[in-house]
Amino acid sequence: MIHSLFLINASGDIFLEKHWKSVVSRSVCDYFFEAQERATEPENVPPVIPTPHHYLISVLRHRIYFVAVIQSEVPPLFVIEFLHRVVDTFQDYFGVCTEAAIKDNVVVVYELLEEMLDNGFPLATESNILKELIKPPTILRTMVNTITGSTNVGEQLPTGQLSVVPWRRTGVKYTNNEAYFDVVEEIDAIIDKSGSTITAEIQGVIDACVKLTGMPDLTLSFMNPRLLDDVSFHPCVRFKRWEAERILSFIPPDGNFRLLSYHVSSQNLVAIPVYVKHNITFREGSSQGRFDLTLGPKQTMGKSVESVLVSSQLPRGVLNANLNPSQGTYTFDPVTKMLSWEVGKINPQKLPSLKGTMSLQAGASKPDENPTINIQLKIQQMAISGLKVNRLDMYGEKYKPFKGIKYMTKAGKFQVRT
Amino acid sequence: MLDSNKDSLKLEAMKRIVAMIARGKNASDLFPAVVKNVACKNIEVKKLVYVYLVRYAEEQQDLALLSISTFQRGLKDPNQLIRASALRVLSSIRVTIIVPIMMLAIKEAASDMSPYVRKTAAHAIPKLYSLDPEQKDQLIEVIEKLLADKTTLVAGSVVMAFEEVCPERIELIHKNYRKLCNLLIDVEEWGQVVIINMLTRYARTQFLNPNMNESLLEEGNDKAFYGSDDDEDEEEDEKDKKAEAPAMAKRKPYVMDPDHRLLLRNTKPLLQSRNAAVVMAVAQLYFHLAPKAEVGVIAKALVRLLRSHSEVQYVVLQNVATMTIKRRGMFEPYLKSFYIRSTDPTQIKVLKLEVLTNLANETNISTILREFQTYIKSMDKDFVAATIQAIGRCATNIGEVRDTCLNGLVQLLSNRDELVVAESVVVIKKLLQMQPEKHSDIIKHMAKLTDNIQVPMARASILWLIGEYCEHVPKIAPDVLRKMAKSFTNEEDIVKLQIINLAAKLYLTNSKQTKLLTQYVLNLAKYDQNYDIRDRARFIRQLIVPTEKSGALSKYAKKLFLALKPAPILESPFKDRDHFQLGSLSHLLNAKAGGYQELPDWPEAAPDPSVRNVEVKDSVPEWTKCSSREKRKEKKVEKPFYSDSEGESGPTESADSESDSASGLESGSGIEESGSGSESEESEEGSESEEEEEEEEKDKKKKKKELKKPVQESESEQSSEEEVRKHERKNKQRKSDSESESDEEDDSESESSRSESEDSESETEVKKKKKAAESKPPSKPVKKEKKEMSLLDLDDFEPAPSPQVTPVNTFLSSSLVTDLEGLSLSDTVLSPATTSPCSALKSYELLHRITGEGLCVEYCFSRQPFSPDGNMVAVQMQVTNNSTSDTKNLHMEDVKLQSGMRVKEFPEIELLPAGESATAVMGIDFCDSTQAANFQLCTHTRKFFVSIQPPVGELMRPVFLTENEFKKEQGQLMGMNEITEKLTLDAKCRNEHAIVQSVITAANLSRVPCGSDRECRFAGRTVTSGSLVLATVASKEEGAAQLTVNCEKMVIGTMLVKDILLALTQ
Repeated sequence: MIHSLFLINASGDIFLEKHWKSVVSRSVCDYFFEAQERATEPENVPPVIPTPHHYLISVLRHRIYFVAVIQSEVPPLFVIEFLHRVVDTFQDYFGVCTEAAIKDNVVVVYELLEEMLDNGFPLATESNILKELIKPPTILRTMVNTITGSTNVGEQLPTGQLSVVPWRRTGVKYTNNEAYFDVVEEIDAIIDKSGSTITAEIQGVIDACVKLTGMPDLTLSFMNPRLLDDVSFHPCVRFKRWEAERILSFIPPDGNFRLLSYHVSSQNLVAIPVYVKHNITFREGSSQGRFDLTLGPKQTMGKSVESVLVSSQLPRGVLNANLNPSQGTYTFDPVTKMLSWEVGKINPQKLPSLKGTMSLQAGASKPDENPTINIQLKIQQMAISGLKVNRLDMYGEKYKPFKGIKYMTKAGKFQVRT
Repeated sequence: MLDSNKDSLKLEAMKRIVAMIARGKNASDLFPAVVKNVACKNIEVKKLVYVYLVRYAEEQQDLALLSISTFQRGLKDPNQLIRASALRVLSSIRVTIIVPIMMLAIKEAASDMSPYVRKTAAHAIPKLYSLDPEQKDQLIEVIEKLLADKTTLVAGSVVMAFEEVCPERIELIHKNYRKLCNLLIDVEEWGQVVIINMLTRYARTQFLNPNMNESLLEEGNDKAFYGSDDDEDEEEDEKDKKAEAPAMAKRKPYVMDPDHRLLLRNTKPLLQSRNAAVVMAVAQLYFHLAPKAEVGVIAKALVRLLRSHSEVQYVVLQNVATMTIKRRGMFEPYLKSFYIRSTDPTQIKVLKLEVLTNLANETNISTILREFQTYIKSMDKDFVAATIQAIGRCATNIGEVRDTCLNGLVQLLSNRDELVVAESVVVIKKLLQMQPEKHSDIIKHMAKLTDNIQVPMARASILWLIGEYCEHVPKIAPDVLRKMAKSFTNEEDIVKLQIINLAAKLYLTNSKQTKLLTQYVLNLAKYDQNYDIRDRARFIRQLIVPTEKSGALSKYAKKLFLALKPAPILESPFKDRDHFQLGSLSHLLNAKAGGYQELPDWPEAAPDPSVRNVEVKDSVPEWTKCSSREKRKEKKVEKPFYSDSEGESGPTESADSESDSASGLESGSGIEESGSGSESEESEEGSESEEEEEEEEKDKKKKKKELKKPVQESESEQSSEEEVRKHERKNKQRKSDSESESDEEDDSESESSRSESEDSESETEVKKKKKAAESKPPSKPVKKEKKEMSLLDLDDFEPAPSPQVTPVNTFLSSSLVTDLEGLSLSDTVLSPATTSPCSALKSYELLHRITGEGLCVEYCFSRQPFSPDGNMVAVQMQVTNNSTSDTKNLHMEDVKLQSGMRVKEFPEIELLPAGESATAVMGIDFCDSTQAANFQLCTHTRKFFVSIQPPVGELMRPVFLTENEFKKEQGQLMGMNEITEKLTLDAKCRNEHAIVQSVITAANLSRVPCGSDRECRFAGRTVTSGSLVLATVASKEEGAAQLTVNCEKMVIGTMLVKDILLALTQ
């Protein structure tokens, strides 16, 4: 299984290493650097690199490469999934997962890694158990710790590891009992030149923040569960109940977790919330190009489209862009040729537009490719698929919890080809 | 600071040391100072010291030994968590001297009370193995022991240990196979991955290929031959299941082993896991093991993974690419999910392209090509090149679009980007090779391009094309050669080689025009720096230029150079990857990784499935065991008597032979006695029915005897052969029900065919034994049923209308009962037991024979798991046709249920002749409520409204808990979930055995072993939701007792209390 782990930052420094079996020399990372050099973009480094004696499996998150060294056959997804779980845990603990955060908390990181793997095989990966073992650092606690010399390693033994519901801490207590659920849907779509949809699908997740005392047993039911085409659950969800009644029944972990992610099939027509009118042309011979972009709302069910961000990778030949937005601000990075336009809210009465010219490299011929436009947006209080939570019930505890449900629609990989 | 007294200072020091380790700096010189803090009280310091110790112990072996005693002390700690962590650190210290200590610790921990410690022990096994491989044999013993562990916590870890230490010892899995399948869903996710991968390999060695028949069909002409061959094979393998089919019988359809089915069924829900590795593991399991028709389910889940991180996408796409080559149809509905976005990393784009290409067929090619057209405009040039190749592959695979593709590619030749042009040229070259005649204008066009294109590979391709088809372009070719000769010295090697080739070819076809040019080129090549080119030039000169010395070869030069060359086949690089287990590292790299376990081919013949039959250990209290053992002995003494009277009678299934002999053995007193003897045995058994069912007799002889009983009964009933066969069929049905429905028809068919063919006697003794082992469990319910039927008929005072079995049976069994009482006078244990078989499986009337116009239906809860759906309660129906006419098409209709309830209907009974009876099993998911299930029972003439209402005790299934588990669970179900009642026990049921008996009769629970003899504990789970049901009966003096029921579902708890109370006080 996993022999060692190296963390490598964007500039190629190994800033943390951890070994679970015999020590593997750092030099093994040279193969990784080689592959990194060969790849033009950071994300093009192959996730699996064979070397004469080891295999390197890496993931890139937050501009840090997590490189695991393995020696023998193991399902690559097993390692990749674990590495992502490590990153998620760090994020959970430190808020962000940056090189600085890891360096600041190197001892906690080390303790975490020690608990997560035993001899290279995952031991405790549930964040609830880990938090029982090692308390996440907070500003207050670090201050208290430095003054009193107490520790952030859990005093009591982690009983959660032994329980039937390993994902939940035991002895949870809150004065305010609350359970919040966020239904977040993302639209993945490719729109072609003429504005017709090539492919569109909805991916949704239900993220929960549950702060309930004791061992509550929750059930969540939907008005229209049939919409959900393909689902994957947090291990706490009782699968059989779902199969039989289409009801989510579960004993929740404590704190934040992802209850469910789902997919709404592309058979159902997906409402596309915005349209884009574009006219991007380069004339042969001249060093000028025209850029004209207008956004408008479409099928939003009366809700307003917010936090719109348009970005586009312009062709390499473009030297500069001189554009005029009707609202919001735009930036153009002449090095990466990345144009981004922060639109904000779309006002249906006055459609936002971005017009102007692009200057091209003198003498260069007209670029034959047209840029694709990526759009990000948010629509509050609406799940675009129409999914609605019917009710949430709690059993097993006597108090009355405060419940809340929020809906949101976002653009996922929303692309317009020009 | 480490020597300081203050913990805070020590902690600070340790933190700095750990930070040093993390940065990869060497901190080993601090070893002595650190190691003495191993006994420090502060937990964090301790932990950090452990971290340090594990890191450096290997380098400083001697000093590390100082710390060992601390851990050894920890191993004895009463707290399981401390024991576990001590073992964990101890086993992580890589010092060879402590191997014996580790071995001892692991062995001890493997039998620890706490599953958590056992899990740690499982983790420690591979550590020790890597430290000292010589311990393998001992470790395997430990693994074997831990494999038998029933807790989910241990399962994953021990299988991991198994895979690392002894993956070849597949036989260790046999006994645990079913348990692993059943536990799988509750194991933690990492364990699931390991177990699924292991089970895939296991299943490949143990089951037959489910797609065997299809592959045979594909073989076309050979089919008949192979088919018949296979028949024999199959039969021989499955001889324990099926008889030899009559010679005329057609090839038997493949029947999936129920264990194979179990695996597929239990892994399917895991496709919904959030863990990509688990999903992938299930997907590969289905791909490698499932019948073609069922593989489709994985596509959806895999497509879902494409939403995940790009690394996950990369791996999944690799696997999808392999799958699409073999099973294209599976992913076709998801074609659009593989469309490429400009933001994807290049490696993902290329893989998606690969998948799209594999998915292309006549119907979707136009959409795919349209997509490809947009891709060609992409800024990512590597990707564009890959797209062009993909177009080339589409064109070769799908003839209809070849011309379209070619035209498109030719257009690309005028692209400004050289890379694009070059790639197009290469692809066009390959395409043209397939049909050069039609496309001389394209070749001309390309010839013109030589002036512009600089990419060597493209230039080389063009030159080759011109040379190859110089007959089609007779005017241009020499001109091109002229130009090339001019620039020869500046060309790349690969282009030079092609120039030489071109020259040679032209020389052969058109020597007039090109003789001098060729000479010139060859001369240039002669002095080239590259020896390959020099070589080639020399070789060609000798070959084509006729000299005096030139041998025979030059005559054939033309043939050599201008032979018709077969068109290249553009293949996917993923073509042959599927011989690696999907999802594995080796598959990804397309090379064998260290420690890769080859996925074995399907066996020609399935190994004996009975090896997976689990022998459950005795959980029966000592005294019962004793008595049953006594009985067994008794039996043994009687044995010769049986065999005398029945000759060589085999087990039930070869009953026809017995029935033959039965005619000669009319009901003599001997048989009467033997009958009663067996009856007493049986009732005794029934009295302990639950325990007995779990208890597995290893004693073959006894088994045999039990099996004979039904036969004896039918014998003494003076039954006809038909009767026997019916009985047998019933028996058979029972068996197949308990296994899988799919087997049913087939088995009974083969069964009957066998009884006709009277071959059974000639079967070897071995086979019989096997059969005995196989049929042992099913035989029991049958005889119970038989008996209960008869006893019920006792109450029924109506005279039987037709010459039926039952009255005789009644007579017999009543006499049996009396006999039995006589026998059992001395044995008090047996007295309450005589009535138990009927109460253990209480039968209810569904349709009375008067209202049913002669059709009489009774049902009972068979307490067997309902195999098609574990959430259902199996309801066994006994349908008797008392009318004078045949009943046809008996089936159920119009099921009215409370919400949430589900019913699995029994298969239609097509024909029930007058006077016959049949059994059918249906499954009802009562949703843990006692609501009735209403439905109509339809025959070909009439419909009857009926309803089935379950007693609460039937809504659960027994689970096995240890005493500790029981206490723990009980502790969690306190308060509202606990119901306690005081009661006075009925005079008859004051001993423990009677209590157990009544409780088990009232509810389908299993006994939990218990130290105190005043308490009886039972455990079960509700069938639908799996909520735990625990019952405790604590008896006190004077028959006073207290009943406690703990159950998550309070309604069920209350009702259960009532039922048990009733059972205990009456």
